[in-house]
Amino acid sequence: MSSKKLLVIGLLASIVIAGFLSFYASSHPDGLEKVSADQGLDVTAVDSANADSALADYGVAGVENERASAFLGGVIGVAITGLAGVGLYVWLREPKSAETK
Amino acid sequence: MHMPDGLINAPVSIGAGVLVAGAVAVSLKKTKGSLDSQTAPMAGLVAVFIFAAQMINFPVAAGTSGHLMGGALAAILVGPWVAVLVMTVVVGIQALVFADGGLSALGINILNMGIVTVIVGTLVFALTMKVLSKTKSSIVAASAIAAFISVPAAALAFVIEYYLGGNATYDPMTVLISVVGVHLLIGIGEAIITALTVGAILATRADLVDGARKFLPKQKLIIKDSVVS
Repeated sequence: MSSKKLLVIGLLASIVIAGFLSFYASSHPDGLEKVSADQGLDVTAVDSANADSALADYGVAGVENERASAFLGGVIGVAITGLAGVGLYVWLREPKSAETK
Repeated sequence: MHMPDGLINAPVSIGAGVLVAGAVAVSLKKTKGSLDSQTAPMAGLVAVFIFAAQMINFPVAAGTSGHLMGGALAAILVGPWVAVLVMTVVVGIQALVFADGGLSALGINILNMGIVTVIVGTLVFALTMKVLSKTKSSIVAASAIAAFISVPAAALAFVIEYYLGGNATYDPMTVLISVVGVHLLIGIGEAIITALTVGAILATRADLVDGARKFLPKQKLIIKDSVVS
């Protein structure tokens, strides 16, 4: 398989996971949240300064339909991470001159 | 595993931030221009995949869920230095864009989910491969073991940080046992997802798996693109 094909398949899988499957994820607190609540560690917890931002909690503010909101949140997240991934690519790729040697 | 703001005091949060900044600086330096045109895109893909996979909380016990951390997976796929960058990108975007994990807690969250998991995952993978035969199935098994151990290791890091700078009064022993205990369960999920992912890429493009490269016979050089000089 060419690396380009692997890249496309990986991206599509990520969109399916973040956009569609995430809707069915367990909504129970994760291990740390659960223990924090049970043991009283969370009494000092405060909301993050950006807790009211448009994309908080992987939804999109103003999109009423929960499924659509979760889909958009997931896909936007994949897109933003993908952009950062392009930045990583530029940083990590060896200079062209080195490759032709 | 994303800690909110307010749990741990400023000195410990800042200390973790300084540690993370140092680790990221060293990783950036170590990795600049280090990958070829085939492997460099893998870093971005791994970041995207881990971001997506972290959204899937799976049930682990009554009323409790867990999700992939991905540090061990990233370390095996793209090597530990690039993995630190990948995990910093993922956990950073989660906190800054999606308000998942606190802002003042960002250093601690990157440290636990993005650096402790990478270091422990890398070490456990290397040690496990020492005793196993150098085959693809061994690499998958070692990936699973590394991923499994990396999760309670990250949980232990949280317990230590909380011990140093926790803001609430609490019972350290109970917290230690319950945090590490539940993360042993979450580690099973981490192991399964990591083994499936590493296995899938090994089956198609083993040469793109950093952790596998030195254990598998070198593939014949295939030139697919025509070279126009």
